[in-house]
Amino acid sequence: MSTSSASLLPQTSPGRKRKDAFMRGVLMAATGLALVPLVLIIYYLLYKGLGALSGSFFTTDPNGNFFGDPGGVRSAILGTLEIVAVATLVSVPIGIAVALYLTEYGKEGRFANLTRYFVDVMTGVPSIVFGLFIYIVLVVSHVGGSGFAAWKGALALSLLMLPIVIRSCEVVLLLVPASLREAALALGAPRWRIVWKVVLPTARTGLVTGSLLAVARGMGETAPLLFTVSAASVLTGNLNSEMNTLPVQIFNDITNPRSVVVARAWGAALTLVALVLILNLIARAISRRSAMT
Amino acid sequence: MIPPETTSKEPQQMSTAGEQSEQETVPDLSALGEHRKGHGVKVRDLHAYYGSVHAVRGIDIDFPANEVTAIIGPSGCGKSTMVRCINRMHEEIPGARSEGSVTLDEQDVYGAGVDVTAVRRMIGMVFQKPNPFPTMSIFDNVASGLRLTGTKHDNLRERVHQALRAVGLWGEVKNRLNAPGIGLSGGQQQRLCIARAVAVEPEVILMDEPASALDPIATLKVEELIDELKNRYTIVIVTHNMQQAARVAKSTVFMLDGIVVEHAETTKLFTNPSDERTERYVTGKFG
Repeated sequence: MSTSSASLLPQTSPGRKRKDAFMRGVLMAATGLALVPLVLIIYYLLYKGLGALSGSFFTTDPNGNFFGDPGGVRSAILGTLEIVAVATLVSVPIGIAVALYLTEYGKEGRFANLTRYFVDVMTGVPSIVFGLFIYIVLVVSHVGGSGFAAWKGALALSLLMLPIVIRSCEVVLLLVPASLREAALALGAPRWRIVWKVVLPTARTGLVTGSLLAVARGMGETAPLLFTVSAASVLTGNLNSEMNTLPVQIFNDITNPRSVVVARAWGAALTLVALVLILNLIARAISRRSAMT
Repeated sequence: MIPPETTSKEPQQMSTAGEQSEQETVPDLSALGEHRKGHGVKVRDLHAYYGSVHAVRGIDIDFPANEVTAIIGPSGCGKSTMVRCINRMHEEIPGARSEGSVTLDEQDVYGAGVDVTAVRRMIGMVFQKPNPFPTMSIFDNVASGLRLTGTKHDNLRERVHQALRAVGLWGEVKNRLNAPGIGLSGGQQQRLCIARAVAVEPEVILMDEPASALDPIATLKVEELIDELKNRYTIVIVTHNMQQAARVAKSTVFMLDGIVVEHAETTKLFTNPSDERTERYVTGKFG
């Protein structure tokens, strides 16, 4: 290695090294900047929330007392799980059905593309709009005999989750190799059987993951529930009555003048984030298992 | 080996018992039961389009029963398209259509009211890249043809075993029928796909470059299998490999730009072609 100009393999110029170092620095700084709020959120959640957690935090309901123990968030946790479960039962089957229509039947047709466009628009609609829509259509008119009701909140959430399910499942279904559909077609299989026995089983894990991500998204939403479920503090399994949920509990508690109630809001927030985190971990575990096979 | 022209319904070679247990790794068509004579395919004035692209421009070919017919020609000459018109797979591509007639034993494949799934059950297909269903076991892959077509089979297990014996895969997989089909080697996967096609009991098997993704030894096994399969089925094989055509096919079709240039006995086409373009192609001067 000589520095002579005749060298076939000249050394990297100092200018390029400087540029490389500079760009690395810029990108690292941007990454660090983005991490600051993320880390702070986790830090504050743990710092403020861990203190509120106790055995009774998970086993008692908010009692509304002005003095003494304000109670825990049991009804909120169970209410959130219940409402999200109903929303999932509504949005996931419909969402997968729409995604199947788009990939297997509609393809690049006009109606399919129009559907995709509306789904994209739906994804961008602020969640409060879904709440307002259900409020006007179902709550004000007392459909089902009551005003605010858990099932109406679940519907609002499912409207929010539906476009997410459709888009993520469509991507997953498109990943199913065309050669498999072709193989099944060449065997003389009708299309519905190909969907049922080849496409869906092949995409199964991806569909579960996509749905779980939509569930995790729906779980943390407050706005669609505010106008539809309101907030009862007592534990109830009745879907046609008001129900407590974690996001709305947090929303109400955080403005309370009593510090124990504010602490409960932080505990509830930590609980909610933990629930979402668990769902994400499950989704990742499932997709990793599918990647191995 | 039975001469392909035989019209006898007698199971001549087929029922000589005792062979099948000693050699489970060679194709054994007798496992499929009594020998039948296959059905020929006639293609008349076939045109195929992709949107406005005219890929196949008027083709007439007879594919005689119980014979292997090879289709050769440079890339883009329409060989695959032509073959996919025979079992109506061409029309599955958006914007693709075809004109002309294809008949299976005098019955029009494109006839009004003909069930397209029935056509494909009668005319099976093996693709260039082995495509076993990744979610299914070896057993389920072979059974998939029957399950996907809703065919009720009294003895599915036996049917699957027979198909695996027929393609010479039985000895290699009999102890792991529940293992995933994609765990097999490429050559084994391709024979698995042939078993899957055979299990549906078609009359014709179309093969679109079935060995082009395989190594020479796996290729040899598939070629031996094709030689065996012709006793029972009408075989059409698209190939880029002229040696392969020479090894397996009784007659060979040379296609160029969507038309048939020459269709002749394989030995004649390769040694003494009538058309100058054929000669230039088979001697490697173009394509």
